[in-house]
Amino acid sequence: MSTKAADFSIIVVFLSFSLVACQQKIPRDALALSPTSLKDRQLQTRIFETNNEMMLLTASAAVLQDSGYTIEESEVSCGVIVSSRDRDVTETGEVVGSIAMGVCLGAPVPYDTRQRVLASLVTKPIDDRRIAVRITFQHIVWNDLNQISKREQINDPEIYQEFFAKLSKSIFLNAHEI
Amino acid sequence: MRKALILISGLILALNICACAGKQKKILLTQESQVKLRSIQSRVFDTPDRNLMLRTVIATLQDLGFVIDDADETLGTVSATKFKSYSIRMTVSVRPRGDRQSIVRSNAQYNLQTVEDPEPYQQFFAALSKALFLEAQQIE
Repeated sequence: MSTKAADFSIIVVFLSFSLVACQQKIPRDALALSPTSLKDRQLQTRIFETNNEMMLLTASAAVLQDSGYTIEESEVSCGVIVSSRDRDVTETGEVVGSIAMGVCLGAPVPYDTRQRVLASLVTKPIDDRRIAVRITFQHIVWNDLNQISKREQINDPEIYQEFFAKLSKSIFLNAHEI
Repeated sequence: MRKALILISGLILALNICACAGKQKKILLTQESQVKLRSIQSRVFDTPDRNLMLRTVIATLQDLGFVIDDADETLGTVSATKFKSYSIRMTVSVRPRGDRQSIVRSNAQYNLQTVEDPEPYQQFFAALSKALFLEAQQIE
């Protein structure tokens, strides 16, 4: 094979590889129940001894507002409240580190600047006297180049415990019209 | 020389126009036929209870790691997003079929592609059926 022909075939092979890479397929288990789904559900759910779904939704909306969230969507008949919160997450240490790394590498190293947390709350009656409240959080983090540097579900148990502690308090406060 | 320059500019312009037209054509483009997609993405359930179906769909999506973005009982739709190392957006709609059944239709977008592979939908409907069965039996 001549050098030119060899070069050409290498280019074709690389091109087909990059085309294959573009056609990335959905992971096989993407829509299957994961082994941790029950554990996640328990972490994200609390059951309240009441049949008053409206009261639970009102108290939940109040907790989200207490925590600085903006209500984006709600559908009371399905027990859904969707809310979000945007915050600055720039940390001095990370900025200094990124500048130092940038100087060493001779190219800018991005650092995180802002994040959006999405909180989605759903109420669901279990029977005549109990209602389950489930909340899920996910966050998206952007860097100084306005690129998404992280997007994931938040699974820190402390956050969920804190939320439900606040919700219990909110139900009490609402009941006493405070 | 000048002629060549004009020719090249013309060619670039034509290519750009082609690319624009191509992108506009892609707005409604799918790999599979409309009928095949519907059969892959839809299932019939033996309940006319729209609210129960919607609430079960929401619970199933949450079990699958989705965060609910939007729900509308009037239209019968739920939209949700899942972030892992990838992102999946899903819309599930519920509509009545006669007096005794409901049709559940789901469509997913994986990163920037439409999901037209039957397997993920089979998994989704398996999870939904499991949740419906549990609901009927009131098992926790």
